[in-house]
Amino acid sequence: MSATVEVRIPTILRPFTKEQKMVAATGADLAAVIADLDAQYPGLADRLLENGALRRFINIYVNDEDVRFIGSLTAQLKSGDSITILPAVAGG
Amino acid sequence: MSAVSGLRLPKDMADAILAQSRTEYPNEACGVIIGRNGIAERLKPMFNAAASPTFYEFDPKDLLALYREVDDKDEEIIVIYHSHTETEAFPSRTDISYAGEPGAHYVLVSTREEIAPATEFRSYRIIDGVVTEESVEFIL
Repeated sequence: MSATVEVRIPTILRPFTKEQKMVAATGADLAAVIADLDAQYPGLADRLLENGALRRFINIYVNDEDVRFIGSLTAQLKSGDSITILPAVAGG
Repeated sequence: MSAVSGLRLPKDMADAILAQSRTEYPNEACGVIIGRNGIAERLKPMFNAAASPTFYEFDPKDLLALYREVDDKDEEIIVIYHSHTETEAFPSRTDISYAGEPGAHYVLVSTREEIAPATEFRSYRIIDGVVTEESVEFIL
């Protein structure tokens, strides 16, 4: 059942979304939402995915839950869910 | 972010960052300075979830809480800092590739043995993979 969700976009990815910090997307799971985002804002998926999986240093949360704990790309979504994307703060 | 180039911050924040770096040795220390309109207002050390001498990472849960807090208070992240325990206070390739906050000043401190008791405290902008060192001014 496809959901309509809001997605908060971090500063570094706003060039893809014409500087919008919040956008809408639809999909039954996170993979579908990312595909929808990429359809609306080409190139965005490549910043989030590598070899078909979520990039290690991108954090994605659904209603404040880290998607790593709720199935990653298979995380199920419902309408009204809020997705937040935050690049990791990391280095060496 | 500040229209003036360079980083200005209270001296006691810089001192606190150096003290934190020594305390957390042999692991890298990390944290942020938060403020408004480019002015540093509060220091917030962060837990290094990597707990490593060569890597730092904000725990994803802490990261979300930090951004929520900053948004709620209409603040911005002015500085993201971390320490290098054995190397120079210059961004490593890893630092550059993970620099995901283009508006922030990236502060590196080094507490490496070879320069002890001196320490280094330096600041950089890291935008689109390009590192630009900037001046640091301490406000007394």
